[in-house]
Amino acid sequence: MKQEVLVLYLNTSALDADVLAWAYYDGTGRTNPTTGDSDLPPYDTGVEALRDGWRLFQASQLIPPYPGHEYDTSFLKHEFWFEKIG
Amino acid sequence: MTTSKHLLTSVEVARFVANGFHRMDAIVPPDLNAEAIGIMEAGLGPVPYGTPVGEAYEPGSFTRRLLEIPAVAGALQSLLGSDPTVDHHAIHIREPHEGGAQPLHGDAIIDTRIDAFDVQLMYYPQEVTGTMGGTLSVPGSHLRRTNESDTGRYQNLRGQTRLTCPPGTVVLLHHGIWHGGRRNDSDIRRYMYKIRFNPTAPQVRTWDVSDLDDPQVAAELNVYHPWCEHATARLEIYNRVKMWRALTNNPSFDVEYWATRVANRPGRT
Repeated sequence: MKQEVLVLYLNTSALDADVLAWAYYDGTGRTNPTTGDSDLPPYDTGVEALRDGWRLFQASQLIPPYPGHEYDTSFLKHEFWFEKIG
Repeated sequence: MTTSKHLLTSVEVARFVANGFHRMDAIVPPDLNAEAIGIMEAGLGPVPYGTPVGEAYEPGSFTRRLLEIPAVAGALQSLLGSDPTVDHHAIHIREPHEGGAQPLHGDAIIDTRIDAFDVQLMYYPQEVTGTMGGTLSVPGSHLRRTNESDTGRYQNLRGQTRLTCPPGTVVLLHHGIWHGGRRNDSDIRRYMYKIRFNPTAPQVRTWDVSDLDDPQVAAELNVYHPWCEHATARLEIYNRVKMWRALTNNPSFDVEYWATRVANRPGRT
């Protein structure tokens, strides 16, 4: 029982929003994904990943901006973690 | 640094403000590219932080000749103004079939300057093909407030640039842009020479401003990048407006009324 982890960054806080960025970590050792290895996301939306058998186990909270920093930009906001056990 | 008439236009500088880079393909002549590999194999000694360019690189030296290429000198002058200093320089070599890529990162430490910026020159003396692990960068990420490799979790983003280029390509980067050396899956050593420059004078109207009122300036600043959330992209434009106001010394410049609207407080100080 080994874990595969998929992280999808979506356009809004909705799980059916478009995928903007992604990462994949393969605990099975079958593949060796790394930074900058693909220009096309594995799914178009978060829901599409669900339909392919990925289990959602964490989603970003909606946190108001810190006072005085409302216009600052930083990390990608809408991060969703999925797993498969293979 | 050599003065040059090859200054960037306002449209080109606005594009830099929106994207965080200015790319010049095959700008370095073949003889200099041929010499570069040997120079980079032998290594270059360190340059003390803050050394004027003219002191860091002797007349006739390899680096001096690189920086005196008119288009390179003109672009550096346009972004940094006169008399920049060398922060540091480094040679980056990615070995064939090197195991991993660098995590996505910004260089140095978190740097929140909006009215000043450093420029990083990246020079590629050889052709870089898709399998050679050319530098990954994320257009428009340079104004994000993140620290060094805290972005290492992000493997791929829509609209990212996986650099492929002809020999002699030079890319000038804003200090904050997210980037990283990719895994070299080829049989060829990949070489890149990086120099970081610091400005020494206000970066205000340092380019050819004859087209400052061109509507294309606002159009460049108004770009939405494919990796950026739609809502946050509006904040990116707001921050580019702040940067453009500083670079042009025009406190009323705006794009789509984003900055003007939220500052409108009639009767309040």
